[in-house]
Amino acid sequence: MPMPDWLRRLREKDVPAEEAALWAKCPSCGEMLYKKDLEANLSVCTKCNYHFRMHAYDRINALVDGDFVEIGDEILPGDPLQWTDKRPYLQKLEADRIKSSLSEAVVTGFATLDGFPVALGVMDFNFRGGTMGTVVGERITNLLEEARRRKLPCIVFTASGGARMEEGMLALMQMAKTTQAVERFMADGNLYVTVLTDPTTGGVSASFAFQADIIIAEARASVGFAGRRVIEQTLRQKLPDNFQTAEFLLEKGHVDMVVGRAEVRDTLVRILDYAVDRKRVAPALKAVPEFALQ
Amino acid sequence: MNLIVEREKGPLQELEARIAALRERGTGASGDAAVLEEKYRELLVDLFGNLTPWERVHMARHPKRPISDDYVAGFDQFDELHGDRHFRDDQALVGGFAKLRGRRVVYLAQQKGRDTKENIRRNFGMVSPEGYRKARRLMDLASRFGLPIVTLVDTSGADPGIASEERAQAEAIASCLVALSKATVPVVATIIGEGGSGGALAIALADSVIMAENAVYSVASPEGCAAILWGDAARAPEAAEHLKLTSADLLGFGIVDRIVSEPLGGAHRDAAGFVATVLDTIDDELRKLEDTPPAVLRERRYAKFRRIGAWERKNVSRLATALT
Repeated sequence: MPMPDWLRRLREKDVPAEEAALWAKCPSCGEMLYKKDLEANLSVCTKCNYHFRMHAYDRINALVDGDFVEIGDEILPGDPLQWTDKRPYLQKLEADRIKSSLSEAVVTGFATLDGFPVALGVMDFNFRGGTMGTVVGERITNLLEEARRRKLPCIVFTASGGARMEEGMLALMQMAKTTQAVERFMADGNLYVTVLTDPTTGGVSASFAFQADIIIAEARASVGFAGRRVIEQTLRQKLPDNFQTAEFLLEKGHVDMVVGRAEVRDTLVRILDYAVDRKRVAPALKAVPEFALQ
Repeated sequence: MNLIVEREKGPLQELEARIAALRERGTGASGDAAVLEEKYRELLVDLFGNLTPWERVHMARHPKRPISDDYVAGFDQFDELHGDRHFRDDQALVGGFAKLRGRRVVYLAQQKGRDTKENIRRNFGMVSPEGYRKARRLMDLASRFGLPIVTLVDTSGADPGIASEERAQAEAIASCLVALSKATVPVVATIIGEGGSGGALAIALADSVIMAENAVYSVASPEGCAAILWGDAARAPEAAEHLKLTSADLLGFGIVDRIVSEPLGGAHRDAAGFVATVLDTIDDELRKLEDTPPAVLRERRYAKFRRIGAWERKNVSRLATALT
């Protein structure tokens, strides 16, 4: 179980500000890691193999051959419930936009992976805990529909605390909406692969995360339906450390494989190579540079 | 403690007793009884005429509220089909072949219990992966034989236990959603009590969603929501306001298609009458859907959920050229 953010921040306070900018402390083993080394190692601790949560664009950059053409970035959140708890929802969104440099909790677009054209969606826990509101639902649905139209394989990296409470039932309904898009996409014979990253829970795990042809869990990711805290509170007992980890899921038969971050890209390429006929996607391949011109 | 049950005590109970006593005395006292009955109606309006969302949550959880098997009793026929063919028969989710108003259907419902003993057997209506896998099996069966699917939703949520996680609760719910997306037959879901999050939606991805007036349907329980937002479950009444979980709110969002009004003071005040009205409403919705060709049905179902949300589209000129 990764260290909670607040504790991570607290620990980082030990380090003087100017140095903190250059170094990161591994929340798992405590090792001080030179940030450039850490980035070069895909945000995986060089000492203990702890996987830091990765920014969506960093992940995309590490995955794709060259250009990534983003779609759906014009789909932006509203405030349908005019929600306010400690702060108004609109303020929370604005704060997260600044904190995460993201417009919402998922980035979607087209790219090539070892020459295979793919539709790619990457969720990011830094924006509202990766929760699925109507924008995440709409962007994922839009991605699957555009991929279906072009007969492209689709890969989605999930990271989510579940449905976004501040959008109430409109958020819950995104489970139905994305499911329908997945079902249509797959019924046409297109390949759908998900990579479950830390953490994937709630409404996202109970919809498009677990509906894929191939489900990969990133090493050490925490994945489940009910959050660990909810279960502990309900049962009033402490859960074993490995509960809901990727490795636990593999043992229980819930995922096809558990893969370390360094091997994720090559694994995806091999799966594409098995499942997708390069000749069949050739026309789509031609279409992609046209997007990449942008 | 249930707020509604508490409110039913005191003056209301006293009046009920006095009316009953007068009625027992026979015709001579009927005039006095009528006066009291008028008072009783006024008191009902006073107590229940204008419920807050939090009070509706308690109405939805009222111990005397009709539960799924009260509805089944109003079907012409029901033959339960058990088990997920893999592991266990989950008694929190009941399903089978049924006939409703002469029409053959597949019935699926979350089933709460009436007392502690039954609630333990039914896990308080919280469905485990086996239950969702049984539901999925019966959904596919319905499509194979062209039988409409009728579901009743009444759960505080999917079971959050260790065993459920070990058996992939998320996948089980996700597979129900897929089965309903694929269904080539009409699907009519009715939220009769509590509609708790993904565990409820798993059997409610429907062509027509009916909701009892005082039922609630929510992304999270008000208690859970308050605990997360304020670290204080006691602020649940406030969370209930925020969550927009009432039938009127959800009709406004297009998430619910039709509301069935309840007797003043809640469905349990005239359980038999209310159940019959709900079953008539389901029958009416089935009738409206019965001649729709499967392809049209699926297209409409897709469109119905496709448009739910509240996002804004800002023009990004780059995209306009890229996507043509």
